[in-house]
Amino acid sequence: MVTTLVASRLSPGRVGAVIGRNVGALRSGPSYWIVLVSGFFEPLLYLLSIGVGVGALVGALTVDGRTMSYASFVAPAMLAVSAMSGALAETTFNFFFKLKYMKTFEAVLATPVRPIEIAVGELVWSIVRGSLYTAIFLVVMVAMGLVEPGWALAAFPATVLVGLAFGGLGMAVSTLMRGWQDFDLMGTGQFALFLFSGTFSPVRDYPAGVEVLIQLTPLYHAVELVRGLCMGVLGWGLLGHAAYLVVLAGAGIWFASRRLTRVLCD
Amino acid sequence: MADQPLIYARGLVKRFGEFTAVDGIDLDVAPGEAFGFLGPNGAGKSSTMRMIGCVSTPTAGELRILGMDAVHDGPRIRARLGVCPQLDNLDPDLTVRENLVTYARYFGLSRAESRRRADELLEFVQLGDRAGGKVEPLSGGMKRRLTIARAMVNEPDLVLLDEPTTGLDPQARHLLWERLFRLKQRGTTLVLTTHYMDEAEQLCDRLVVMDGGRIVAEGSPRSLIETYSTAEVVELRFPGMPEAGSRYAAALEGVGKRVDPLPDRVLVYVDDGDAALAEIQRRGLEPSSVLVRRSTLEDVFLHLTGRTLVD
Repeated sequence: MVTTLVASRLSPGRVGAVIGRNVGALRSGPSYWIVLVSGFFEPLLYLLSIGVGVGALVGALTVDGRTMSYASFVAPAMLAVSAMSGALAETTFNFFFKLKYMKTFEAVLATPVRPIEIAVGELVWSIVRGSLYTAIFLVVMVAMGLVEPGWALAAFPATVLVGLAFGGLGMAVSTLMRGWQDFDLMGTGQFALFLFSGTFSPVRDYPAGVEVLIQLTPLYHAVELVRGLCMGVLGWGLLGHAAYLVVLAGAGIWFASRRLTRVLCD
Repeated sequence: MADQPLIYARGLVKRFGEFTAVDGIDLDVAPGEAFGFLGPNGAGKSSTMRMIGCVSTPTAGELRILGMDAVHDGPRIRARLGVCPQLDNLDPDLTVRENLVTYARYFGLSRAESRRRADELLEFVQLGDRAGGKVEPLSGGMKRRLTIARAMVNEPDLVLLDEPTTGLDPQARHLLWERLFRLKQRGTTLVLTTHYMDEAEQLCDRLVVMDGGRIVAEGSPRSLIETYSTAEVVELRFPGMPEAGSRYAAALEGVGKRVDPLPDRVLVYVDDGDAALAEIQRRGLEPSSVLVRRSTLEDVFLHLTGRTLVD
């Protein structure tokens, strides 16, 4: 339903123009480049410090009967995290700033562009940013021998889906933000997801109640999907994880465009 | 097209919850006209402009812009509008030129055409030498000119300007007025809000005065003055004001059509200033200072919307 609703209203040219604004920002000087580049390093630093560093202490790990190095357990999770943080950085900080302080969208809505086209354009851009991160991250993983090149190629589209889901979620959350204080809350939430979503240890090591709670949150599904593909362990469960992310993306974009209309077009 | 109004509104209402911002107004703006909304803060000018700009949906009433329905044909109407908002919302992440190129792309113009128009408009608003720089260092007047250039990028049939010169110095205002006048000469329809009476007199063929969400007067600047004021105004100051003000006002009753006692002076609205002065002298009143001037739109405005401060 959401898809048909979206498709019937979207003009590719106008969505493209919304994306073009961000390309224009890259053309306008170094400041946005710095933002873009700096966002890449965090997951990589965690991979090196925890995955490789702590991994040397932990030794090999056995999950579902498969034995692997700790670094190759952590690496796919960091890959999913970099897709998440790329998309979230764009759809939270940048999106909120454009919405609330720069009044960018107010100016855009004086043109034929509709709120839904802003939402979709910004979402696509956030995926482009996230995918840039994950593509480079995958190259690093291949170079470090943490994933087979073939499975890296298979994992890449999954990271695009992860970006889409978190982009939609981030944008929806942004439209509810009251001010910068809410970003501290969000940062804490994001960090909790980062730590507990099966990123650094298998979720089944947690008490059952916690495990179920984690299985309701999005990064868990992102990590499981990406890890399954990176390791070449295919199963029907992966489709379930993918479906969760698709639904999250759809709900996020639908909610965000509705809120945008309410906030900007009253 | 010639007899069809560019803006047609009947019984237009905008409510925000319990608050009624626009309370049933009728409008007809003809092609090529320069039309002004005058009114104090909170009169409903900006809400009306946002409805005409097809950004905000009317709560009730009929609104047709360029012959199309404002609610259903929003994107098609907006494609032919140029909007200069009250507060500059230029994009600080983009260069001056990129602000225009990016904006042109929202209207579906090709990249090459967008660049061509950006360069042409930067010349028109005299910002050609700032094209590669960022927006932030520009002065208030330059930002306004850039916003107006941005509003022109789709070669609009109708340009909406919400308080176009608020906060600008006199040089910047005059340059802007001159550019707007040139647009008008090209046949572009201008609709603007202002609370500068000189701006309304300079730019508007016709205007409405709004107060409390309603239109309280309508006409050309001259006809409004003729209807709601007198040809001349005598401004008198007396020793002992403000305490003595009401006593002097009573003594001046009948000298002109209307007496308006202010804390620092008394205004007498008259048809003939010299005759009024003679009468004041005959009554034995001795003002400490006297000024006879022509009536302005400001007199009309204050008469219609009152002198109470609106925040």
